[in-house]
Amino acid sequence: MHLEQKSTPLAEALNAQRINRLAHFDVPAHKGGRMNQELGEYFGPLCMALDVNSMKPLDNLGHPVSVIKDAQQLAADAFGADSAFFMVNGTTSAVQTMIWSSCGRGDKIILPRNVHRSAINALVVNGAVPIYVNPGRDKRLGIPLGMSVAAVEKAIAEHPDAKAILVNNPTYYGICSNLEEIVRIAHKAGMLVLADEAHGTHFYFHEELPISAMAAGADMAAASIHKTGGSLTQSSILLTRKSVNPDYVRQTITLTQSTSASYLLLSSLDIARRRLYYKGHEMYEKTMEFADYAREEINALGGYYAFGTELVDGDAAFAFDRTKLSVHTRDIGLAGIEVYDYLRDDYGIQIEFGDIGNLLAILSAGDRMMDVERLISALAEIKRLHERSPAGLFDHEYIDPVIAMAPQDAFYTTKRRVPMKDSVGHIAGEFVMSYPPGIPIVAPGERITPDILEHILFAKDRGCFMTGTEDMNLDYIQVVE
Amino acid sequence: MELWYTDEHTSDVRFSMKASVQIASKKSAVQQIDILDTPAYGRVLVLDGGLMITEKDEFIYHEMITHVPMAVNPNVKNVLVIGGGDGGTVRELTKYRTIQSIDLVEVDKFVVLLAKKHLPFTSSKLKDKRVSVWFEEGLRYVRGKKAEYDLIIVDSSDPYGPAEGLFTREFYGTCFKALRDDGILINQHESPFYAAHQRSVRDAHRHIAVEFPVSTVYQCHIPSYPSGHWLFGFASKKYHPIGDLDATRWNRLGIRTRYYNTDLHRGAFALPNYVKELLNR
Repeated sequence: MHLEQKSTPLAEALNAQRINRLAHFDVPAHKGGRMNQELGEYFGPLCMALDVNSMKPLDNLGHPVSVIKDAQQLAADAFGADSAFFMVNGTTSAVQTMIWSSCGRGDKIILPRNVHRSAINALVVNGAVPIYVNPGRDKRLGIPLGMSVAAVEKAIAEHPDAKAILVNNPTYYGICSNLEEIVRIAHKAGMLVLADEAHGTHFYFHEELPISAMAAGADMAAASIHKTGGSLTQSSILLTRKSVNPDYVRQTITLTQSTSASYLLLSSLDIARRRLYYKGHEMYEKTMEFADYAREEINALGGYYAFGTELVDGDAAFAFDRTKLSVHTRDIGLAGIEVYDYLRDDYGIQIEFGDIGNLLAILSAGDRMMDVERLISALAEIKRLHERSPAGLFDHEYIDPVIAMAPQDAFYTTKRRVPMKDSVGHIAGEFVMSYPPGIPIVAPGERITPDILEHILFAKDRGCFMTGTEDMNLDYIQVVE
Repeated sequence: MELWYTDEHTSDVRFSMKASVQIASKKSAVQQIDILDTPAYGRVLVLDGGLMITEKDEFIYHEMITHVPMAVNPNVKNVLVIGGGDGGTVRELTKYRTIQSIDLVEVDKFVVLLAKKHLPFTSSKLKDKRVSVWFEEGLRYVRGKKAEYDLIIVDSSDPYGPAEGLFTREFYGTCFKALRDDGILINQHESPFYAAHQRSVRDAHRHIAVEFPVSTVYQCHIPSYPSGHWLFGFASKKYHPIGDLDATRWNRLGIRTRYYNTDLHRGAFALPNYVKELLNR
């Protein structure tokens, strides 16, 4: 059967079931909200009626043979992939599937250290060993960039037995590595290329954006449709090419995936895919216009630096995603997280994240110009009212790690708790990170240095939301005995 | 056939007036603009279905939004009006020969174009030499200004549409910056009566009070507006709205008004208890 992009087989089948008015003697027991009327009133009757479980006409995510299979094939076609897998546990599950289906215990994987925690978590679980490539660093901004081709070549030469290379396409800040070249040298060395496109779904739908993983020839990509592609939160897509066995990938997914996948999430992927196919170009054109305008206006305020394509250096910053509105705040003497807090607490504006020296606002075709004006004006006001000397502000987001053990070995070994302030010199047995962005400051198996401790204490002091440790207050850290 | 125009004051309260003929209807990039003739209220301007001004009672609104600050500081020379594309506020301001410049910033040029054509009773003075009209987002225009104005008047529509940004703290803060050291900010402050509008009244007041050392509201009675009970915000860096009122000086100007007078000026700042409670809540 020939599938057309204008159809949404899964969403249509789901709606047909709703209209059928089946007598339900299956889970969920809320039965369209009748059992739990408070829930029905809260979410609305339509939402409740669509919250059904897997049944024959609605296919099964773990073993798709009908409408989910068709919807996934349409997604694969729309993204230029050979296969697509709908994911209901976020892009986290897509990233982990990429790693687990390409590396086993003790296998090496080459990756930049500024990955999302989900990638290192995958190594903790399956025992693959990271070979870190230190990302380039922008001196003025203090932010980690992409991987330089030379650094990847060196890692491949030193570890020719590595199974795969993971690439951020792009980083949270919107910076891309030279993915096509990395694919070329990786394939030459017989390694797979896995792309974390948690922040790059839109690359597939506009030619002025950096190249997408599938177009660059990567073998797998985790595309976070829920972040910038317009589907419901937690829904995501894993894209693969013929170079990997889709049935093995599917089997790997089912190791950890819920057998009760939410049809709200799944159908939102189907509907988002159709809209991206037909309207994606127009929507991201508008997003770039908003972002370009905001960058120009914010830079005209002085003090702030809303960075853009001028960062591109043809190497570690090979390309920049213009839809990202990343703003450097250190020159006005405020940490990004402080500006983030002022925006929400004083001006009612919620942005994506603030870290040590930068903030990130996510723009989309769903924005209105008057809200963009509000953001710019609020930034102007925060500068007018709170600007101070940048002296004493921590000046970098990223510290090259000192690796002492593999993540799995460090996580599962005998550990003990030490006060965070006394942790220098120890090997961390757990993660510490600000969330967002969720890039570990220290990961299991890494030695805690004075610089790392200072970073952690500074981030905590400025109000970053610190996570990862057993101790909810971060006063203590688990270290390797 | 009878033609009636209904303004939804809240989701549970409607205000209807018989209409004799629709004069204009235009969908601009910003909003839907309609102009009607009505037997009771004369010609009326409607934006996105909501009543903006009527020929019959616009004088109350426009006199109260301008003469109150002008009587407190008659030395005002440079005025900024945000919104107010119908021209009524500008019309009142041009009565002061001492005013040197009036910048009108209206986000929707079609409001001004249609007002010039169909609402001569408010738009008549837009061609005054002192008036410059800018078609721009108010928030954006003010952002670039620093200590340039003696008086800023925010003559906006409701905070549930294109004017949303004009009820925010960032907007009032940029207005503070755009005003000189003795500057006054007046804003259309909505009605305190219905619960549906109370939150925006309270929030606007709170946002202004954070920025300005002097901040209060005053009231008037506008029959065609929701509940008829309407507020304006008076915020200033220096002048007190009653303490600095020189009634004799204003009365000597001989400006003819139908609603405003200096006795009413004082009385307008005397607030009902429920309004005081709302503002202090």
